[in-house]
Amino acid sequence: MAGSIKIRAKIESDGACEVKALIKHTMETGMRKDKDGEKIPAKFIQEILCKHGDKVVLETNWGGAVSKNPYISFRFDGASKGDKIELSWTDNTGESDAAEAIIK
Amino acid sequence: MSLSRRQFIQLISLAGAAGMLPATASAASRRQGEDLYQTPGFGNVSLLHITDTHAQLNPIYFREPSVNLGLGRAKGKAPHLVGEALLHHFGIAAGTPEAHAFTYLGFSEAAQQYGKVGGFAHLATLVKQIRAERGEGNSLLLDGGDTWQGSGTALWTRGKDMVGACNLLGVDVMTGHWEFTYRDSEVLQNINDFNGDFVANNVSLTEDALFDYRFSDFAGYDEDSGHAFKPYTMREVNGVRVAVIGQAFPYTPIANPSRFIPDWTFGIRPEEMQERVDQIREKENPAVVVVISHNGMDVDLKLAEVVSGIDVIFGGHTHDGVPAPIAVSNRGGKTLVTNAGSNGKYLGVMDLDVRGGKVQDFRYRLLPIFSNLLKADAEMQRYIDEVRRPYLGQLNEKLALAEDLLYRRGNFNGTFDQIICDAQRVVGDAEIALSPGFRWGTTVLPGQAITMENLLDQTATTYPETYVREMSGADIKRILEDVLDNLFNPDPFFQQGGDMVRVGGLDYVCEPGATIGSRVSDLTLDSGKKLEATKKYKVAGWATVGSQAPGAPIWEVVAEYLRQQKVAKIEKMNLPKLKGVAGNPGIAA
Amino acid sequence: MNMKRRLFLKGTLASTTIALAAGAGLITPQQLLAAWPESAFGAKSVDDAYSAIGGGARTPSDAVMIKAPQIAENGAVVPITVSSTLKGVTRIAILVEKNATPLVALYQLPTGTHPYVSTRIKMGKTSNVIAMIEAEGALYTAEKEVKVTIGGCGG
Repeated sequence: MAGSIKIRAKIESDGACEVKALIKHTMETGMRKDKDGEKIPAKFIQEILCKHGDKVVLETNWGGAVSKNPYISFRFDGASKGDKIELSWTDNTGESDAAEAIIK
Repeated sequence: MSLSRRQFIQLISLAGAAGMLPATASAASRRQGEDLYQTPGFGNVSLLHITDTHAQLNPIYFREPSVNLGLGRAKGKAPHLVGEALLHHFGIAAGTPEAHAFTYLGFSEAAQQYGKVGGFAHLATLVKQIRAERGEGNSLLLDGGDTWQGSGTALWTRGKDMVGACNLLGVDVMTGHWEFTYRDSEVLQNINDFNGDFVANNVSLTEDALFDYRFSDFAGYDEDSGHAFKPYTMREVNGVRVAVIGQAFPYTPIANPSRFIPDWTFGIRPEEMQERVDQIREKENPAVVVVISHNGMDVDLKLAEVVSGIDVIFGGHTHDGVPAPIAVSNRGGKTLVTNAGSNGKYLGVMDLDVRGGKVQDFRYRLLPIFSNLLKADAEMQRYIDEVRRPYLGQLNEKLALAEDLLYRRGNFNGTFDQIICDAQRVVGDAEIALSPGFRWGTTVLPGQAITMENLLDQTATTYPETYVREMSGADIKRILEDVLDNLFNPDPFFQQGGDMVRVGGLDYVCEPGATIGSRVSDLTLDSGKKLEATKKYKVAGWATVGSQAPGAPIWEVVAEYLRQQKVAKIEKMNLPKLKGVAGNPGIAA
Repeated sequence: MNMKRRLFLKGTLASTTIALAAGAGLITPQQLLAAWPESAFGAKSVDDAYSAIGGGARTPSDAVMIKAPQIAENGAVVPITVSSTLKGVTRIAILVEKNATPLVALYQLPTGTHPYVSTRIKMGKTSNVIAMIEAEGALYTAEKEVKVTIGGCGG
């Protein structure tokens, strides 16, 4: 799933860094059936981890009720323009991906 | 036979003498015997308002509703007054041209007598007259939207005929709703071609689009805030700074297809409206802050309660021809709320006395456009004739003769809706028909030919495809319940502003004051059999929002039926039996 | 979060490698994801979800704000933003009362991260969306109804 993550991080007028990320992922709950009536197996992101340098700035657990192609946005203090931010996800099948962005 | 201009004016004088006593300050500006269109100057800033003209370039007939129910707090209050209750509330004498304009009373006869209403050439004459009287630079012309859709020519030109007409009319600022039912690229092209400002404080990019926006070079787009269009504009009117904020129809991607505009998201967003008003008051130094809104009047009345700092909300969407504004109290003072009807039938004229950096007083008139009283503006008429010429052959086809008065507006089936439902059942060989409860659609008088143009006035959408499919009785009930809740939810912020979905071949008992899931009972087919929850029924319908339906456009289906019928007769109206609305002045007694 | 797993991931095994390893039965996803609170996300009611994430007394509070549409444009994609004016917020949970399993998302906020998260959630039908916030050890909640409708017929 390399390349599944798009990140934008920007220092806002109050000095906080706002992170917005969009992840390409099916987020299948495991409850849906396909057109032949077969259950579509569960496949959804369970964990998101976001780090500013070495510091964890957000840890997240998700269930299958987060929408397909999930979006996450949050804000934290202590970052500067040009710093690196890293975001990674892991789903219930063990698949994962990570991406980095430079704070604008 | 319609009246001459002189006879018309005489009639108005008589109406005045007969005791047409104005009930409000705004109505008081009209004295006995005066020409309907003499609007004495007042104050120093004039804001003219049109809304929901639905692309009616030429004069038309439009019957106001005989059912426009208000429940709970809205019961018995404007805009939920019809017929005599409306006349009484606003102090309009029966039998006058204004009574004809604002109500359904004696519609067919009165329409014969007073003639057609609206038409952009006639509207242009009145706009020019009033703007000239007020003086150059002392007025703004605002358009609440639903202007670029509603006719065959608007559909075929993808709204461009109306963009041209609005530029000629001199519209300064507008917002939208059905404007968003063309493809997004067409919407942006139309806005680029429009000479005024297109404003919408409540339309932003979806999260997905923010990452990769196809139209990032569009002038109104703001990458930082995510607004897809300019949220507001500042105009100087007679030296006074006026802020005009746009509020597009908040439920566009729900009530209409989102597939044409996948990158944009809407909403009422009252908090964002308050932030915007505060920001403008703080940074832009305005003397007047107004909103052009496509919320619908009930939503506007609530918005005016929860948001403070707005002087006037010029409203549309619900097509309520409300003769006087309603003053709503909020923590910052008072906000006036208007609604200016539909189909080009009215021009709202708000004269403001602005001194010391704020609005001191106002006068308001909602002027009906009687096309026999207002000469057509030559330049506009030339434009209209030109833009329609390539389509006249199709538009003028006579499909059948109307036996009854054919209209749509009202909370439940209008007679034209019944024809559409009957046609779908016959052509699609279906037991039940459904047709959307749009509030636009012009009126055909008894004995007139129903032309293709009349039919397109009811049906010209960008998603006209039909379907015939099986639905269970439970599915059908669920649809009826869902739409009734859009109409009668006690919280206006949950109302979407359309009327009830029209049904053919099916009657039901409806209790508007109940809650979702329990408003509908006793569903009965025309055969007399009860609708069964688990049984499947063949249902014909059109205008699907989720995905494109497979069948022919609805106008082809109805045209086929009408051509066969030759005389359009209504055998049976599928009107629900209403419970709990006795004595409600929003329904004809 | 499970430190062992984080170290393991940090060992920069590509995701495909992990999937292969899991597929071959070398390790199971459960081992990898020991930190995911299965009982909370599997809980069938709001109360069960609360107890599974370590519930206690909860106080409804105006200091917890939910930004959500009155009517969802698409029930499968409902944007929700939860924020708060409270100090010392360490956790935010988003729940949908009438979903089969109400807990949707659980956020741990280290010091320096604002009490503000935005995401998009699935809603099968009209329901209250609930935000629960833990601040200085106490739990606060707010709720907002979001209507899910079939649409059409407007205008």
